[in-house]
Amino acid sequence: MSKTTPDNGFNVVGTSPLRPDGLDKVTGRAQFADDFHLPNMLHGKILRSPHAHARILSIDTRAAAALPGVRAVVTGADFPAVRHELLNQGAAGVLNIREMSENCMARDKALYDGHAVAAVAADNPHDAELATNLIQVEYELLPPVMNVCAAMADDAPVIHENFHPGAFIAPTEKYLPNASRIQLGNGDPAQGFAEADLVLEREYTSETIHQGYIESHITTVIWDSNDYVTVWTATQGQFALRDHLADIIQVPLSNINVVPLEIGGGFGGKERLYIDPVAALLAKKAQRPVKIAMRRDEVFRATGPSSGTYIKLKFGVKRDGALTAAHLHLAYEAGAYAGGPLFLAIMSATSRYNIPNIHIDGFDVIVNKPTMRPYRAPGAPQALFAVEQMIDELAHELEMDPIEFRMQNLMRSGDRLVPGLPLAPIDTEKMLETVQAHPHYQAPLEGPHRGRGLAYSIWFNIGEISSAHIQVNPDGSVALTTASPDLSGTRISLAMQAAEMLGIDVEQVSATVSDTRSIGFSLPSVGSRTTYSTGAVVCEVAQEILQQMCARAALLWETQADQVSVQNGVFSNQTDPGQTMTFNDLAARMFETGGPISYHKTGHTQSFIPGTAAHLVDVKVDPETGKVDILRYTIFQDVGKAVHPDYVEGQMQGATVQGIGMALNEEYCYDKNGCLQNASLLDYRLPTSLDVPMLETVILESPNPAHPFGVRGCGEISIAPPPAAIANAIYDAVGVRLHSMPMSPHKVCAAIREQHQVNMDAQERPSKPS
Amino acid sequence: MSNKLLVTTTVNGEQREFLCEARQSLLEALRDILYLTGAKEGCNDGNCGACSVIVDGVLTNACCMLAVEVEGSHVETVEGLASGAGLHPLQQAFLEETGLQCGICTPGFLMSAKALLDKIPTPDERQVRHWLAGNLCRCTGYDKLVRSVLKAADAMAARL
Ligand code: FES
Ligand code: FES
Repeated sequence: MSKTTPDNGFNVVGTSPLRPDGLDKVTGRAQFADDFHLPNMLHGKILRSPHAHARILSIDTRAAAALPGVRAVVTGADFPAVRHELLNQGAAGVLNIREMSENCMARDKALYDGHAVAAVAADNPHDAELATNLIQVEYELLPPVMNVCAAMADDAPVIHENFHPGAFIAPTEKYLPNASRIQLGNGDPAQGFAEADLVLEREYTSETIHQGYIESHITTVIWDSNDYVTVWTATQGQFALRDHLADIIQVPLSNINVVPLEIGGGFGGKERLYIDPVAALLAKKAQRPVKIAMRRDEVFRATGPSSGTYIKLKFGVKRDGALTAAHLHLAYEAGAYAGGPLFLAIMSATSRYNIPNIHIDGFDVIVNKPTMRPYRAPGAPQALFAVEQMIDELAHELEMDPIEFRMQNLMRSGDRLVPGLPLAPIDTEKMLETVQAHPHYQAPLEGPHRGRGLAYSIWFNIGEISSAHIQVNPDGSVALTTASPDLSGTRISLAMQAAEMLGIDVEQVSATVSDTRSIGFSLPSVGSRTTYSTGAVVCEVAQEILQQMCARAALLWETQADQVSVQNGVFSNQTDPGQTMTFNDLAARMFETGGPISYHKTGHTQSFIPGTAAHLVDVKVDPETGKVDILRYTIFQDVGKAVHPDYVEGQMQGATVQGIGMALNEEYCYDKNGCLQNASLLDYRLPTSLDVPMLETVILESPNPAHPFGVRGCGEISIAPPPAAIANAIYDAVGVRLHSMPMSPHKVCAAIREQHQVNMDAQERPSKPS
Repeated sequence: MSNKLLVTTTVNGEQREFLCEARQSLLEALRDILYLTGAKEGCNDGNCGACSVIVDGVLTNACCMLAVEVEGSHVETVEGLASGAGLHPLQQAFLEETGLQCGICTPGFLMSAKALLDKIPTPDERQVRHWLAGNLCRCTGYDKLVRSVLKAADAMAARL
């Protein structure tokens, strides 16, 4: 085979074909986890702690077990002790299985409002729910610790006697009874601040937030008489679920099969298990299949939201605009168990600016809230809310254009990131130049209390392990199977890459997502990795298929395989230029040339692939009510190569609106006892169609050398800039800086009033004679 | 069973009979008794619109209505949108304009949009946003959803 990669332009990549699975979704036929039923199936319900921090003294399940229709009851006592507490998952970090098990069902202590304490399986969900209410639990109340500052205070109640430190994918060191720490830095910050002409110090806070996927967590489990366990659920990672479940219920990995069904949103929140071990143990006890569907309030109270934060920044800059030093104190909630998104926040906080002298103090802080899990660009929006406001404020103080100021300090490919590794190739300048040249940036702002804000971000996409299998059928159709759950259209983006590589129509490729028995291991669909990383493996498999097919053609033409070339799905004999054969014709003759054609590969791709995004937003602030309206929004994002541009735009817009929700409305509201007060979609206040305008998108494509078509991945980054961009726009509109997220009307109002008071006081002060 | 009630109703033009308990919602009856799983449960308390159906011409959250209340009614669900002639223009537009990502909210949005177009055949963007405000979508940011509905309205107007 002499040639496989299209060198001039693409045939399939960059078009926007209809996605085949879309048809089932618009007709109501798609099978989501809640649509799955088994004969003889029971329904499980979970009793949850109403207290944020309490010792469990006793649990009496007798009345529940006696209720007609109840088939099984489990508590923490039914969970086996884990054999190996720590599970090393390579790039995915070291996971604490004991804590994961206790998070699914409390043992000695309930650690947050909503922590599971017992579960019931009954003939129908109503009876199961009635039965859970009959369970008597005796608690000894302990003082709750509800935010990072309280948890790090000197006299803070201690949540765990012992804990294994560790932030998501990076080790930390135990530092305080409730906190562990990472320290990173370069240069000499003291020297850097001494060289600065201007030093600003600011504090920022944010509240706990949730991914807010519209489908709850739902699972159905069979535990058969041979101890084979099968799970049908909506998950971002069937292999992660299998591995964690095996360790928690103590069944060999090969006994478990996890079948991923259609998934109704995840955003990082569905890569960890909560109810599956509970359903498994109920199924084992009842010897019948058990389905558990979380109610919406349980989703808020007891899944994996994203951290509330306390961030303190100190930045130094020279009068000419050169940043000289920075100190960042980043304290992120971990929730009930260590391991929040701290490291990813550190990676994304300042990467894009060169700061010669920098020190980052990061804290992963245990509090009495659900265990924090990734949420789309985990940790980045909170860090950016602080850093991009600081950058804007410095630019204003220096009377510099905010884009010029960023340009002056801009990190370019090869420059060192704070942890030491170089920034992989990407055109960081082009992004800012594109914003500068865009009509939105040039357009005048008309009307009172209107302002424009900008924020710029880098995010690092994950590669690592993916699997793909391609089978060519005699009719020319191609079956593509991967282990990467499709959250939003990746079956089509992977099918397109296979079609491009094979030189055939995308309609010939049907893509499916496999269970854990039918394909090799893969990391979950997280970290913007599916179209990039799984895509790269799909391309490798497709290349191998072409090689096999070249060898088949060579057999027919009685020549050597390296004498056969292929371009756009047509095989040609180099020794006899007249001889050609189409992909379909060659596929039809597979049984004359050696039998079926298929190939499977578990491949590895590079991580820390940077993606950039800049957001430009115009707002109108009502000074009476503090309400902020988004008037115009433009999203600029470098995706490397947009495989399916319509869905890339969809990722950019969807992420942005999540960021807007975070900026303006969304937060967990706890009462003084640590009980969640707004565990419903209405009270948590997701953005609706009335809260946002149309969102303009500008796709940039600076190719990623680690992918054959240059794909970088695009799913996450655009959630990060909105809070900072909106904060900067609010400042431009009404001259106040908001240091606390969400920037809800009462905070905006209070800030405006406070500033008004400052101005009044200044006016009343008698002016000194000069 | 003594505590079950017989309900007779018309679903997507077909007469249906089912037995249900008084405590069961219309959403449960559709999904768990009639196995029409197109309507989804996102909240079970009227917040998300994933369960939207049309009952006697009125857009309704099926989770907030009891099954026994549809005695003698006409219920329309997403399963009834497509006809022998093919997809409804709304379904076609959602596909073409990528008005869905994960698709869990899609049946609800389609039914809300149908209720809108039944009433206001050529809505403007504001009216579309207003009618869809009872449906939550966490994936799309609404842009392509709104465009889908506007496009379907155009397609239907062009047919008349
Ligand atoms: S499920 Fe009915 S409104 Fe959400
Ligand atoms: S497409 Fe996923 S919630 Fe709307």
